[in-house]
Amino acid sequence: MFGIFDVYLLEALINGLLLGGVLALLALGLNLVFGVIDVVWICYAELIMLGMYGMYYLFTVFHLPFLLAALICIAGVGGLGMVLHVLVIAPLLGAAPINQLLATGGVLFFLQSFATVAFGIDFRNLGIRLPVLELSGMYISYARLLACGAALGSMVLLYLFLARTYTGAAIRAIAQDRQIMPLMGVDTRRIYLITSLIGGALAGLAACLLVLQYDIHPFIGLTFGPITFMICVLGGLGNMIGGFVAAFIFAEIISVSGLYLDLEWGYVFAFAFFIAMMFARPRGLMARRS
Amino acid sequence: MTRALPWVIGAALIAVPFVYHEPYPLHIMVIVLIWSFLYTSWSVMGRFGLVSLGHGGFMGIGAYVLALLWNYLGLTPWLGIPVAMLATAAVALLIAYPCFRFRIVGHYFALVTLALSAIVQQVITATRDYTGGSLGYTPNPYHSGNSIYALQFSGKETWYLIALAAWAVALLIRRRVEGSMLRYALEAIAEDEDAAAAASVHVTVEKLKITVLSAAMTAFGAALYCQYQLFIAPDTVSGITVSLQMVFAAVVGGIYVGIGPTVGAIITIVLAEVLRISFGTVAVGWDNLIYGTLLVVFIIFLPQGLVGSLLPRRARG
Repeated sequence: MFGIFDVYLLEALINGLLLGGVLALLALGLNLVFGVIDVVWICYAELIMLGMYGMYYLFTVFHLPFLLAALICIAGVGGLGMVLHVLVIAPLLGAAPINQLLATGGVLFFLQSFATVAFGIDFRNLGIRLPVLELSGMYISYARLLACGAALGSMVLLYLFLARTYTGAAIRAIAQDRQIMPLMGVDTRRIYLITSLIGGALAGLAACLLVLQYDIHPFIGLTFGPITFMICVLGGLGNMIGGFVAAFIFAEIISVSGLYLDLEWGYVFAFAFFIAMMFARPRGLMARRS
Repeated sequence: MTRALPWVIGAALIAVPFVYHEPYPLHIMVIVLIWSFLYTSWSVMGRFGLVSLGHGGFMGIGAYVLALLWNYLGLTPWLGIPVAMLATAAVALLIAYPCFRFRIVGHYFALVTLALSAIVQQVITATRDYTGGSLGYTPNPYHSGNSIYALQFSGKETWYLIALAAWAVALLIRRRVEGSMLRYALEAIAEDEDAAAAASVHVTVEKLKITVLSAAMTAFGAALYCQYQLFIAPDTVSGITVSLQMVFAAVVGGIYVGIGPTVGAIITIVLAEVLRISFGTVAVGWDNLIYGTLLVVFIIFLPQGLVGSLLPRRARG
């Protein structure tokens, strides 16, 4: 009798961990952009949505192999990130931060309706159903396992890039002090473009992984968007380690409350936890007290 | 001449439903007035740099509290509306007090209030046994369809006059705020919180005043919307899209001018209707495509909004 509940709880905990990996990946791109450029891309989840449509067309309509489609998709969304930076963010770099946030809010509307106009409101999917792993009575989705693995792998790659390369060092330096780096001969425009490219590419990678688990429709961004922002804020905007930890806390709350109640309540609890934590740690989970 | 102008326009607006009875244009005018009320409510605080993305949440609470009280307890909207406004103001206080106390400002404030919008929408959807979830909710119609007790009227003319009066009151409230000490306190806070506090402005209290006012007004606007449409759904009265829509329309019209949010409402709603009528279902999504582009263009090139940019400097405010 005890055993049955135990297995369900364990399954929920493991699924929470796997979800956490994906959420951490979502938060990573946003955090990187925020940390370096000091801009919140409210439309981040909509870039993911476009990436998912990209995957749909490349894979289902043009019949490219999955990996090739994924590479094109990652590069494409990375390019979109750069376009977003050049067209919308760059002219607003000197403006009030809230204007930058609202401008990307406009891009959110634009991308959502662009998808509605261009692709229609039908739900689409790749038609791939990955098997479900059965492990001593627990069911674990293979797609989630893959997503979590790829997310962790990409995080390691990003870490190595930031820690070991010259450009990575410049990116970290700009995140630390925006004023002094141009004086040290770092071309901020170039660094911002590279950061936007990486941020976009991470959204593209997230799209390739999420497309395995979710149906695609123009408003799918609203499913991931709010939770991604909250993870970033909870971890401390720009703090990648904080975002990583916050992603797993959020995922466990959602997954475990979803076990006992409806899935919506999982989100309600996660959001309420977020608001409560904002009051306990206004600068984020990992912030050092000053 | 300029002094008489508002009176002339006001008289003309009041005269409309007595001489004009086409239901569709009247419907559009009622909708424009109700949303103008809501956008003005947002701009009352948004104008001081307090960018809240929680107004979608406030609107959802206002509308659903009112409708649930009517359907389950039979409470007349005459009492239901004040209760809904109080409930919304209480939630606003609960969220805003710690925010202001712990100096959560700028992006952080926007994102915390964004969480509120998301929570309200999820709660409405999750309590689908009572609220109908994402299928929406209808306040029970009262016997004849025309009742002062139930605040339900079938005639567009009646609603036009109610919405017009509410809208005029919203403009007056905004004017009162603009002429009060609160305005100077909040402008000082918007410039520099520490300096304002040093000049003995009680930062938390002043910000709370304007937030609670704005939230209660939003709940009233939501009540008007609910009673007029007699249908509410989580994605039309709550959530992030509604919050962004409010910010967007107010910014396009101009948040520093009293009439700005109204102009924003006229532009956005008329644009959507024109597109819908001229292109039909083919145009689904085109209105938001144009809005989104406009929003980006306005923030980059005309941060004062349309009206704000047209008016000479001294006439603003």
